[in-house]
Amino acid sequence: MASITIRGVKKNYAKTQVVHGVDLDFASGEFVVILGPSGCGKSTLLRMIAGLEEISDGTIAIDGTVVNKLEPRERGCAMVFQNYALYPHMSVAQNIGYSLKVAGIPAAERDQRIRAVARTLELEHLLDRKPMALSGGQRQRVAMGRAMIREPKVFLFDEPLSNLDAKLRVQMRSEIRKLHRRLNATSVFVTHDQVEAMTLADRLVVMNGGRVEQVGTPGEIYTRPASRFVATFVGAPAMNILEGTVELDGLSLLDGSRRLSIARAGLPVGTKVAMGIRPEAVRLVAPGTSGALNATVDLVEELGAGRVIYADLDGAPFSVMTSEAIHPEPGSTVGLKLSADDMHFFSSETGSRLDVFKASVPEPV
Amino acid sequence: MEKRVTFSKWTIGILFAVPQLILIFTFFYWPAGQAVYWSLTLQQPWGGGNIWVGLDNFRSILSNADYWNSISASLVFAGISTGLAMFIALVLAALTDRQLAGSWLYRVVLIWPYGIAAPALALAFRFILAPEAGFMAVVNKVWPGVWDPGLDGADAMASIIVAFSWKYVGYNFIFFLAAFQAIPRSLIEAAAMDGSGVIRRFWDIQFPLITPTIFFLLVINITESFQDSFGIVDIMTAGGPANATNLMVYKIYSDGFKGLDYSGAAAQSIILMLLIIVLTIVQFRFIERRVHYR
Repeated sequence: MASITIRGVKKNYAKTQVVHGVDLDFASGEFVVILGPSGCGKSTLLRMIAGLEEISDGTIAIDGTVVNKLEPRERGCAMVFQNYALYPHMSVAQNIGYSLKVAGIPAAERDQRIRAVARTLELEHLLDRKPMALSGGQRQRVAMGRAMIREPKVFLFDEPLSNLDAKLRVQMRSEIRKLHRRLNATSVFVTHDQVEAMTLADRLVVMNGGRVEQVGTPGEIYTRPASRFVATFVGAPAMNILEGTVELDGLSLLDGSRRLSIARAGLPVGTKVAMGIRPEAVRLVAPGTSGALNATVDLVEELGAGRVIYADLDGAPFSVMTSEAIHPEPGSTVGLKLSADDMHFFSSETGSRLDVFKASVPEPV
Repeated sequence: MEKRVTFSKWTIGILFAVPQLILIFTFFYWPAGQAVYWSLTLQQPWGGGNIWVGLDNFRSILSNADYWNSISASLVFAGISTGLAMFIALVLAALTDRQLAGSWLYRVVLIWPYGIAAPALALAFRFILAPEAGFMAVVNKVWPGVWDPGLDGADAMASIIVAFSWKYVGYNFIFFLAAFQAIPRSLIEAAAMDGSGVIRRFWDIQFPLITPTIFFLLVINITESFQDSFGIVDIMTAGGPANATNLMVYKIYSDGFKGLDYSGAAAQSIILMLLIIVLTIVQFRFIERRVHYR
């Protein structure tokens, strides 16, 4: 068990900077997920913690010890790689036990520990096989076993589930979660899959373009996204965004055809603002209902438990998720009811969250 | 789906294969057959018929001490030059693999020696290793008489080994570097996370994974050291001094074309061919077992 402290960490490759000053604190025993689109620097950050990537600037400390100059093996981290990185010429047992062999632990004890790990991962019957003779899920388990056997202070996961099919991924997800509950080692898990991130994380770090956008529990990230990027990246289907401009009497949306009465709270007239609302927060009503916006249905996606309705709101795409038994036809008109409590506002310029608005329901002009 | 061209008539297929078959027959089977025939006859140097002598040629060769000396010289040459060329190339490739910047340059530059004809590079090494004027003259100045390939058989053998190895280091390097780079980076990283240092990683991970390449190069290097050594020996030592570098392939040439003993030379080339075949079989039989194919 160990805490991780990251201070002002930057990473440059030749002239391009890929991580622009990251400050994070991971508590001991915490399961942290770093979420972001590909190329956002999340894997680079993880590899800097592991010691596989040099830290260009700033410090990383594990349990209070700055590890910038330490070799990977001196940091007490274990890592599960995206492609598993199993040694193809070694059997499952040799793969799992390699770190013990390097550490010079006698064969008898090594064997005993390999068996113990294999038992927890249900790999006992596969110990003599080569990785090539294993399925994707089994390889994944061997990779986990190889990390577990060292009883590391820190577990690092670099998109370990992205090579598995959907069903296995869900299964491995819960296994990782259970494993963490039992071992209680500090874990850092990198992924671009928001479902994975939401389900696994004690705390979620959302990264974009080499910067941390937001840190918080999955619930906080979902209900109070700190930026427009987080708002649209987390949640499926993505949050609806309507562009607007601050005017004297409120916020005009969609080229002025709709209007929100808001307390301006000091924002000058003419400021560009984006209003966001989650598809699942929108209510479908009969067209023409008072206080509702009319939209034209483009496409309906059936999800079984509910459906997603993709509509056109005066030229802007707008999606609604509903679990009610409403099946509008493409081309028909539906009424959308938005509640002021569900709205999020972001600066169009910086993308950061604005908490200055107190909005009422939008009205047609 | 496998794409395969099929011919409605088998004759068309044969017709397409004919040019290749003619080439193989003309330049391989026919001369090889002729060599076998000559080795069983006594061939007149200036034409005019031959006499069937059965295995007499072989008997006379194998009872000749000079020939056994040539075999052992060839084996020493093959062993040391293959080992040297492969070891140096392996070390260079392992170092290059770790520092990738500019590796394309090594790749280009190191293949050049292989592109040089053996006699040309032999001539260069004759100057470089000349006892009176070259690089080795400096050594001779410090320890007079220590280096003289013209008089000392061991020095002469060392000279041709150096020249041959120099040519094959580049060739081996290319293959080794490609093999190292085919190992996924994450395997090395996983081993590093497992606590394995640079040297340990090399022996535990990289070396086992390049064994197919090592085996391939071993077969090629040994075969070539029996055959490609001709130009080097001819230019650098001409088999001397006192037959110290009279390798099998050179002895075939000197007995056949200088001594005009066509039949004896033909018998020697049959023996050389058998020796290479046996060595290759041995390698496949006993070394390939330890190769990890992925």
